Amino acid sequence: MPTNANRQFLDFEKPIKDLIEEIEHAKHRQEKTKIDMSDVIQRLDQSILDKRKEITRSLSSWQRVQLSRHPDRPYTLKYIEKMTTNFVELYGDRNVKDDKAMVGGFASLDGETVMIIGQQKGINTKMRQLRNFGMANPEGYRKALRLMRLAEKFNKPVITLIDTPGAFPGLEAEERGQGEAIARNIYEMVRLKVPVICVIIGEGASGGALGIGVGDKVFMMENTWYTVISPESCSSILWRSWDKKEVAAEQLRLTADKMLGFGLIDGIIPEPTGGAHWDYNESARILKDYLVPVIKELKLTAPEQRTNNRIEKFGKMGFWEEV
Amino acid sequence: MAKQFEDFDANLAGEEGKTEETKTSWFKRIKKGINTKTSEKKETPEGLWAKCPECNYICTVTELREHLFVCPKCSYHHRISSQEYFELLYDNGQFTELFDNIRSKDFLEFTDLKPYKKRLEDIWSKTDLKDSMRVATGTIYGHGIVIACMDFEFIGGSLGSVMGEKFSRAVDYCIAHKQAYMVISKSGGARMMESAFSLMQLAKTSGKLSQLSDAKLPYISLLTDPTFGGISASFGMLGDLNIAEPGALIGFAGPRVIKETIKKDLPEGFQRSEFILEHGFLDFIVPRKGLKDKLGVVLGHFKS
Repeated sequence: MPTNANRQFLDFEKPIKDLIEEIEHAKHRQEKTKIDMSDVIQRLDQSILDKRKEITRSLSSWQRVQLSRHPDRPYTLKYIEKMTTNFVELYGDRNVKDDKAMVGGFASLDGETVMIIGQQKGINTKMRQLRNFGMANPEGYRKALRLMRLAEKFNKPVITLIDTPGAFPGLEAEERGQGEAIARNIYEMVRLKVPVICVIIGEGASGGALGIGVGDKVFMMENTWYTVISPESCSSILWRSWDKKEVAAEQLRLTADKMLGFGLIDGIIPEPTGGAHWDYNESARILKDYLVPVIKELKLTAPEQRTNNRIEKFGKMGFWEEV
Repeated sequence: MAKQFEDFDANLAGEEGKTEETKTSWFKRIKKGINTKTSEKKETPEGLWAKCPECNYICTVTELREHLFVCPKCSYHHRISSQEYFELLYDNGQFTELFDNIRSKDFLEFTDLKPYKKRLEDIWSKTDLKDSMRVATGTIYGHGIVIACMDFEFIGGSLGSVMGEKFSRAVDYCIAHKQAYMVISKSGGARMMESAFSLMQLAKTSGKLSQLSDAKLPYISLLTDPTFGGISASFGMLGDLNIAEPGALIGFAGPRVIKETIKKDLPEGFQRSEFILEHGFLDFIVPRKGLKDKLGVVLGHFKS
């Protein structure tokens, strides 16, 4: 977790940055002058908390998108580290290679074995390249499917953590069937005989997200987005300009509250005040507390009933009129 | 501004202006021919000339129609509408349209350069189409089959709630009447104006396909020019048979996006049917002229 000294700030988080700097000054002064500044520091700490609260109270859709991409935001492996024990990472699609943008493996969650799969972004420039910015290739989706089948064979629930700006639009990706890989995953996830829970923990962009996103329950964390296209691409296609991303984000209704209102997701998982990047332990704890009872509940349903419910749930989605 | 709207569909497919709308003035004429209300379509006036975008061969629209809108010289497959596919494929051109009362609704009140509602109203007033997919039932060499066919002229054949719902009802119909199912794709991908609702159609249609599969009924996916995005990332690639017309552009990401990402020119023939076949994602490529016969044979194999 970043310390106050190396935190990164979004434009609308700047007031917090200033407060943190003030604290540092106060501490510095205290050390130098030996005057007790703890009152001031305490007051400033409270101001930071108030500011975090205030900022998240009135976020625009675009700001949520920015938060979902916050450079300090926890990624899949961080949640796995904080939520589970005995994690055994499994690699490769048994076909082409191991896709570093998609990770997964068995882990113990609250004493029970689960299969956790998710896109992984890098934490620094070098890692971001290695992880391909969380954009999986076909082999990533096939690796995910392999792990899901493994879970099914041993009757373990599947949890997917979604965080991707999209499936990778590359030349080799097309050669190896990016469309087919995502299509196959969606098709197989619909029929998976074990409980499947999907959580958007950051960005949920289009087919790249849905490729590991068909579940009995689909949740979004508070500061995430999920829709058919990134606001930037939507702006460039529909507005013919890259400058309308804020409007596009608004029009796409891509935030968790809107998605819940539409009945396209099953719930919103809160984040620590100000966003998940402020406290990894707390974020992971909240997520874990959410997941454990849901798994228990889903297990009560017979596998066939569960897949039928899944088909029915997605079957209801859409709006049209009959004339 | 008018020009801007004109190549709207082209950009949905992520193409580089190589579409009917943007290519040459020739296309404007053909477009007019195809855009004519289907009920009046038969009376395409003689003397309307068409030029092939591939080889520049010039012939009359009537001649082109006789060749099933395939260039008589270079076999370039022009984009055609659902009506033409139905007439071409069904025995004696006889078919019954299904679920034609369902149409799109601007549930989100989505507005880009033009309100979605207005976009829909404009197309409804210009064509007989209610949405980007039409479903029909009939027979091909005696085999009962439901065909769901996209119309590119309706917002780039985009996948929205209506397509998802029609697709689902078509599957239910197949199961109830023990008929085979074929989808003819021709689409730029998901309909952005329906946001996440359009994305969820990928899961909705896949769920229905799994029911069709349980009923042991064949599903044939015919990919035509162009098939991109949400279609290839769902039912487009999930056929018992995935087949395509020659030279069709098929892919997940559009060529423009890929080019921008990798910052290199794309190889000749990239994302064409032949490329997709070579990489193992198509069962076969079939020219439009041989399509019906081949389907007849295949449907026979599935049955016996």
